[in-house]
Amino acid sequence: MINVQNLAKSFGTKRAVDGVTFTVERGEVLGFLGPNGAGKSTTMRMITGFIPPTGGWVKVGGFDIVSDPIPAKRLIGYLPENAPAYTDMTVQGFLKFAAEIRGLTGQAQAKAVSRVVDLCFLEPVLHQSVETLSKGFRHRTCFAQSIIHDPDVLVLDEPTDGLDPNQKHEVRQLIRRMGEKKAIIFSTHILEEVDAVCSRTIIIDRGRIVANGTPAELRQKSEWAGAVTLRVSGATGTAIAQKLASLSTVKRSTILKEEAGGVTLRVFPKSNQNGALARSIAEAAQGWQIEELHTEEGRLDEVFRSITMPDTITNTGAGQNSRRADTAQSEEKQ
Amino acid sequence: MNAWANIKTITKRELGAYFSSPLAYVFIVIFLLLCGFFTFMVGGFFERGEASLVRPFFDWHPWFYLFLVPAVGMRLWAEERRVGTLELLLTMPITSWQAIVGKFLASWLFLALALVLTFPVVLTVNYLGSPDNGVIFTGYIGSWLMAGAYLAISCMTSAMTRTQVVSFILSLIICLFLILCGFPPVINLVETWAGPRLVELVTSFSVITHFDGFQKGVLDSRDVIFFLSIIGFSLFCNSVIIRGHRAG
Repeated sequence: MINVQNLAKSFGTKRAVDGVTFTVERGEVLGFLGPNGAGKSTTMRMITGFIPPTGGWVKVGGFDIVSDPIPAKRLIGYLPENAPAYTDMTVQGFLKFAAEIRGLTGQAQAKAVSRVVDLCFLEPVLHQSVETLSKGFRHRTCFAQSIIHDPDVLVLDEPTDGLDPNQKHEVRQLIRRMGEKKAIIFSTHILEEVDAVCSRTIIIDRGRIVANGTPAELRQKSEWAGAVTLRVSGATGTAIAQKLASLSTVKRSTILKEEAGGVTLRVFPKSNQNGALARSIAEAAQGWQIEELHTEEGRLDEVFRSITMPDTITNTGAGQNSRRADTAQSEEKQ
Repeated sequence: MNAWANIKTITKRELGAYFSSPLAYVFIVIFLLLCGFFTFMVGGFFERGEASLVRPFFDWHPWFYLFLVPAVGMRLWAEERRVGTLELLLTMPITSWQAIVGKFLASWLFLALALVLTFPVVLTVNYLGSPDNGVIFTGYIGSWLMAGAYLAISCMTSAMTRTQVVSFILSLIICLFLILCGFPPVINLVETWAGPRLVELVTSFSVITHFDGFQKGVLDSRDVIFFLSIIGFSLFCNSVIIRGHRAG
């Protein structure tokens, strides 16, 4: 549904977006991650046809957004950053306007409005002026506007920004439900949201895609992925660490905590060995008792940091590893 | 067909926006008070003793509009940019031309309403004497066209900025120029050092010169084309400015 090829945008000499390529099919929810100023909003604005790209192209449902904007825009529902809405209108008036400009009139319009009012829980403020709404309600009003014509493509710029935890949950549920039939792109800062909603994730940094995969795949890039945390008793920390270092599966281990009752260590595998590490540790445990042993899944926030700020991660080099993997990936694409 | 439906939707929204704030009512009241005051007190409507609206009524319109029309047009685009709804508007399935024309039409209709509400003046002059209502009618047409020209300029300046006040001042300056280059004291000044051809060129840019024909009951196509071309040109500039914003 959404096809983005080599998309680029310069503001003066600054390359805000620099050769971004990806596609989103129906039934996919694409999470767009990246630090502030990475080019997320600019990319979304180009996809929705608000600003023209300086290079590359965007096709929505087969229509080029620059040369054939009207049919492309018909397919898109867009929630801009900060959820703007006409402050001089009532919520109902605003939704009716949005429906009318999408070509919905009469009965179809009334039905569309009442549908989104139910979906976005706008009933209590229906006749209130947008100006007097709280941030959460205004956000949902603008969100309602974006889905009023039941679009095939949804572009949502930080859809859960400014909502309380319950509303966040509702909106995520809604996005996931709609994602079954639509192509959805949404940007966020909140990493748990990616797990909750996305079928695929793109991390963008300084205008370039630095990672592209399912949340599980991204997590694999974490140096934590496959690491084992264990707590043992009956031996000193250094003795255990020595023993572990002799195993072929272990890259290195660190002692997290050493108390009278036992030692807690974290052991990192040489490469991802899918549980082989835990087994070999269990086999090596002679003369000490394992109190606790579990394999870490990898953490998205750590992946995110190592990809977008590789210089600040100094202790391991995992950041550089994943950085290298990403460059390889993006070279493949080009 | 579709284009007109879109323009109608935009126009309806903008008209609604005027009347949802007190600004519209304040504007109409001020306009009517000014018209009444200047026609009967300053313009000396009664002292003239003639059944005509030309001098006492229409003569003031270029000056009223100088302040009032920029106030009507200033929010059209500046507000959209400030609040961020421009992004919403321009990602909807409409062309920027439809948005421009829709907004312009809404304000122009609003000005037409204000103008129509001056009808008691017409009733008064008809009650007191027997004026040439055809002349009055062309006067109204000319006045409305002139208001449209000012308004298109205000639309353009409104698109230039996020701040309504800046838009107001910019369009006031441009409109003042359009008045002054046909204002007799200024023309007399120009005549002292410039040749008659230059004077003619300068006055041909003035709304006063072109409004004059309408006031006399003459529907000259050149005058109509003058106002329409100001409208067309300003709205074209408006679209260029908006495209400029989007290109960043």
